Amino acid sequence: MKFYNSKNKINIKFKLNDKIIEKEVEPRLLLSDFLRYNCGQTGTHVGCEHGICGACTILFNEQPIRSCLMLAAQIRDSEILTIEGVANDSKYKDLREAFKKHHALQCGFCTPGFFITIISILNENVYYDEEDLREKLSGNICRCTGYTGIILAVSEVIKKRHSKELI
Amino acid sequence: MQKKSQKYVGKNVLRFEDERLLSGNGVYTSDLKFSSLLHLSFLRSNIAHGKIVSINKEKAEEIEGIHGVFTYENFKEVPPIKSTSRMKNYFATNQNVLCSDKIRYVGEPLAVVVAENRYIAEDAAELIEVEVKNLDPVIDTLEATKPYSEILHNEIKSNVILERNFNTGDKNFLHDKDLLSVKNIFRMTRKSPISMETRSYVCNIDKLTKILTLYSSTQVPGVIKDALSLFLKIPGNKLNVIAPDVGGGFGGKASLYPEEIITVLLCQRFNRPIKWVSDRFEDFMSTSQGFEEVMEVELFFKPTGQFIGLYGKIIGDVGSYSIYPWTAALEPMQVAGFLQGPYKIDNFNANVKCVVTNKPPTGPYRGVGRPAAVFAIERLIDMAAKKLKTDPAKLRLQNMIDKKDLPYRIGSGIVWDNAGFKECLKSALRISKYEKFRRIKNNENSNWLGIGIASYGELTGIGSKISVAPGMPLNTGTETCIIEIDSTGSISATFAIASHGQGLETTLAQIIAETLGSKPDDIKINQGNTSLIKHGTGTYASRSAAIAGSVAIKSTKKLKNQIMKIASYIFETTKKNIHINDGFIFQKDTNKKISFYDLAKAVYSDMETLPIKLRKPLVATETYDPIFGATTTATHIAIVEVNPETYKIKIKDYIVSEDCGKVINPMIVDGQVQGGVAQGIGAALYEELKYDEAGQLKTATLADYLIPTSSEVPNIKIEHIENFLPDNLGKFKGMGEGGTIGATAAIANAVSDAISHLNIEITELPISQDKLYNLINTGENQNELKFGK
Repeated sequence: MKFYNSKNKINIKFKLNDKIIEKEVEPRLLLSDFLRYNCGQTGTHVGCEHGICGACTILFNEQPIRSCLMLAAQIRDSEILTIEGVANDSKYKDLREAFKKHHALQCGFCTPGFFITIISILNENVYYDEEDLREKLSGNICRCTGYTGIILAVSEVIKKRHSKELI
Repeated sequence: MQKKSQKYVGKNVLRFEDERLLSGNGVYTSDLKFSSLLHLSFLRSNIAHGKIVSINKEKAEEIEGIHGVFTYENFKEVPPIKSTSRMKNYFATNQNVLCSDKIRYVGEPLAVVVAENRYIAEDAAELIEVEVKNLDPVIDTLEATKPYSEILHNEIKSNVILERNFNTGDKNFLHDKDLLSVKNIFRMTRKSPISMETRSYVCNIDKLTKILTLYSSTQVPGVIKDALSLFLKIPGNKLNVIAPDVGGGFGGKASLYPEEIITVLLCQRFNRPIKWVSDRFEDFMSTSQGFEEVMEVELFFKPTGQFIGLYGKIIGDVGSYSIYPWTAALEPMQVAGFLQGPYKIDNFNANVKCVVTNKPPTGPYRGVGRPAAVFAIERLIDMAAKKLKTDPAKLRLQNMIDKKDLPYRIGSGIVWDNAGFKECLKSALRISKYEKFRRIKNNENSNWLGIGIASYGELTGIGSKISVAPGMPLNTGTETCIIEIDSTGSISATFAIASHGQGLETTLAQIIAETLGSKPDDIKINQGNTSLIKHGTGTYASRSAAIAGSVAIKSTKKLKNQIMKIASYIFETTKKNIHINDGFIFQKDTNKKISFYDLAKAVYSDMETLPIKLRKPLVATETYDPIFGATTTATHIAIVEVNPETYKIKIKDYIVSEDCGKVINPMIVDGQVQGGVAQGIGAALYEELKYDEAGQLKTATLADYLIPTSSEVPNIKIEHIENFLPDNLGKFKGMGEGGTIGATAAIANAVSDAISHLNIEITELPISQDKLYNLINTGENQNELKFGK
């Protein structure tokens, strides 16, 4: 059996949460592991490593993707946004407050993945009702909440944002 | 009952945990950063039953970046994990931390690699060559009990490692010529708890003191510390177990695991921090599983509908080993224990067998035994109603234990007390508009639409008189709280519980603030760290809010008494003139007040204000033991619609009316109910660990083992009934598991009602779309199995 020679690294330059970063990575290194252990951004969680649970969801050039299904080497010249990049963003203060108010998290492990997925939904700037949201969020698994709190939180934010636009 | 209105208890105080968890600043075990960290990868068995002939690790050891490859030979001095019990007819199994000789399940760890990083560790694990001799796998639960079956543990000489009979009442009623009965075989299939964070362990060693700290994604740091100390002979003052932020548990993180012991051992050997994080595939194969039960149950009743007897034969498939510390008794015994539910039945007879098979060990999973028991009895009641041509709700009300009958000892010996059984049922019937639904269903052509009821009782917050699992030599019934005010006037309280999503940092602060007269956000709750408290276990069995909440009151009252004494000295008055509110100490009817800071200064540092005898540290420690436990109850009602073409089952409405005593934080309680029901929906409709004849897990990914998503879980209507208060300090009852307990039966009854025109009864869960198709179109009932003598 032949194994990868770890001396053979690939250079990548990319933007992580608005900071330009340049690093050498092994070709086989998963993006999720790279973000967590090479960049220290442990807010991105790993729940299944086969693309089902959505805990590792990040924004890759503004699109939500599973960081466990990509290699670090693939992010050359891209823009990556993780939970750490939006944690203090006032743009999402309403979402954070709605999460607290509606008890949209319990253990918190799936939360960063949900948060990033929801951000990408909010950024579409489309009015979605509860049923749409249930469908749109069905790619992320939460084992604690039974989803009610999450759906209520996002619905409320969308409703408020759209009613503001009407005024 | 507390008459005055409460300021924090019973209020939706927002969780203190949320800020860090929402910003990616939660620290779970795998997030911890250490320099010179080494990583583990386990080689696991790919056969279910066999003998190790040889393990060749030479090729693995040659890889660059490998620090060592270890097998049982390297851990010979470590005693096997053995879960003892005082129960008669129980045989403990011996489980070595790495398989020594006989392999008993696919996924059993055979060797472990220590490497620079996980990638290299996995490369090396693949190069380990294992030669095995296959033995016939024992997979089928009932076959495993047969005399001709291959034996898993030769020293036990049988695959039945525990058997127990329950016998209450007599058999005379069987001669009653008007006697009616309904009987069926029910099967609850094997589930995985599936917390989103997989099991993870990091052990660090202090280079100077040699103190080991195991960071573990565990629900039970206290149990783990005691076990590690026992197995590895490490004194407790050289060993800490810390459960940092833990990403869910549901019972899967409530047992001791071989990987936990190995992580500690290797940290000691390498004198370096060591890390192991389970991947999802490993978690499916090696985290304790739950629920696999075959139950032959018969309910006897009079033509009037009065229940008179309940007979059950229960075979619990416990997998390959009796899990530590709960033992194999945990799940199957509770099936029998709770089978009777909240009903008056004079004659009870049950036989329980715990059988080992070549599947991973089972352990606690949310509800433990009760989701299966409630499924069986509540289905039988619906079948009895059909036979009697009466309404299932009416039949339940007729037989349900009344307020005036309490306390009531059911056939298994469990005593119900202070529970609003009928109140919950009536409330759920009202909210679901049950009668209207029945009228519509009877009058209109509404086949494929069904309503299902499930009522249950459970024991929560169990004290020391009753072990969580019968016969287990472990005290799960007490909890200690150390509350202290330091030199700056800040309050902290320490417990041995280990929150993993329940929000205990918030609810315990609410209780203390209420009792003391401070603000919840001024109180720091310490938990999940064995170095802070002398003894304790953790968070499981719906115990933490009930027991820790009560001891919080007890310790806080003691501290408050000390504060009042000091304040009355300072104000030159008596204790009854002292009032504490919002973190200030007032003298009633005056404008005199001092802050906690002033108080702490007087006690600890200014040496003038107080005499020496009042300058004792502001600390109070109390222990609480509820002795027995509190009866929590609920009724669940599900309304479902089955699509007659695709057989897809849609839950149209779901109602829970529950009595968990005093509600501490309604938002959190509702969240537990909602989440518990979601897991019950999974157990009822989707989730099943399927093993083939060779013992290979066919559902080892989240694409095969289906967990409900936001599209499958409805919003649940919840009503709390607090009128029956338990005999404990805080009037709290546990409620974390109830959602799962009621949901399996409510859904099974609703689906059976929806297809009642086809005369088909649901007897196995999950009732997935394909199983329902087979039942309807081929009449194939997987449950037509023969129950062995």
